[in-house]
Amino acid sequence: MDSVRYDAERRGHGVPIALKILIAGGFGAGKTTLVSALSEVRPLQTEEILTGASIETDDLSGVETKSTTTVAMDFGRITINEDLQLYLFGTPGQDRFWFLWDELAFGALGAVVLADTRRLADCFPSIDYFEQRGIPFVVGVNCFDGSRRFSLEAVRRALDLDPDVPMVLCDARDRQSGKAVLISLVEHVARQRGEPVPAA
Amino acid sequence: MRTDLPGHQHEWLDDDAGPVVRPYTLTGGRVYSDANGFDLVAYVLARPEPDLAAYPELHPEHRLLVELARRGTPLVELASDLDLAVGVVRVLLGDLLSRGLVSVHQPPRATYLPDNDILKAVVDGLRAL
Repeated sequence: MDSVRYDAERRGHGVPIALKILIAGGFGAGKTTLVSALSEVRPLQTEEILTGASIETDDLSGVETKSTTTVAMDFGRITINEDLQLYLFGTPGQDRFWFLWDELAFGALGAVVLADTRRLADCFPSIDYFEQRGIPFVVGVNCFDGSRRFSLEAVRRALDLDPDVPMVLCDARDRQSGKAVLISLVEHVARQRGEPVPAA
Repeated sequence: MRTDLPGHQHEWLDDDAGPVVRPYTLTGGRVYSDANGFDLVAYVLARPEPDLAAYPELHPEHRLLVELARRGTPLVELASDLDLAVGVVRVLLGDLLSRGLVSVHQPPRATYLPDNDILKAVVDGLRAL
């Protein structure tokens, strides 16, 4: 198929570079809120279809009688410049949609795992997923109104996080706060490459 | 695709009936296409001045897709704009590709990481927002 191109370097072709960032975390941790706060457009939604092919590989007890089922995905966009765009994808909450995570994570720059201190264990599956696949991630501790504030160190211990995984307190509703989380992720990715981004 | 259509008022359409319009009706039941592996952020770009009249077999959705892709647009945005599932858009894109009406620019493969210039541009861009 000569009309399909794999561009390692697309600048100058008139086609921007699109970088994917995943926003993960347990149900109600603020994923959709964070995507909304950061996206320059109203967050968009699309659907992916779970076909018979994926049903064979995923154990979906109880849905065998349906030939297809759809999974909604939230995503948002941040245009950095005319050659560079960030796409933020909220990951579907249910564990049975792991196949969709693989599609989202393929080629992703990295991930933000949102943690809710009232239900810390809810973000364990996300952390396991990114650790196992070597995808760089940061943990954003979403400060909900009225939720008990824990020290970041206490949360790090509870999550059994590697010392080099950045943790950031954040408010998923606040754009500036969300930006700070994304910046810490990109800086983390750069550090993993051994080329720290110089501070501005 | 939506299950909350007014059709649900009809007694013969309960939850077990599933979506009122099957997602792949539009593709004639085809689930796989050459475009199956396309990334969610693969850019689709229509050929300049595509001769759509030469392809009467194409659906209105195909034509809309070409129209939307005049400006290079990522697959996931096309799906959102058309309110169609990503899998359906991949099949439609395969039809357009085989007719030479669009080109698709896949993002760099997973092994490729953006270089430091790109990461720096992202950080600078985010700080400036």
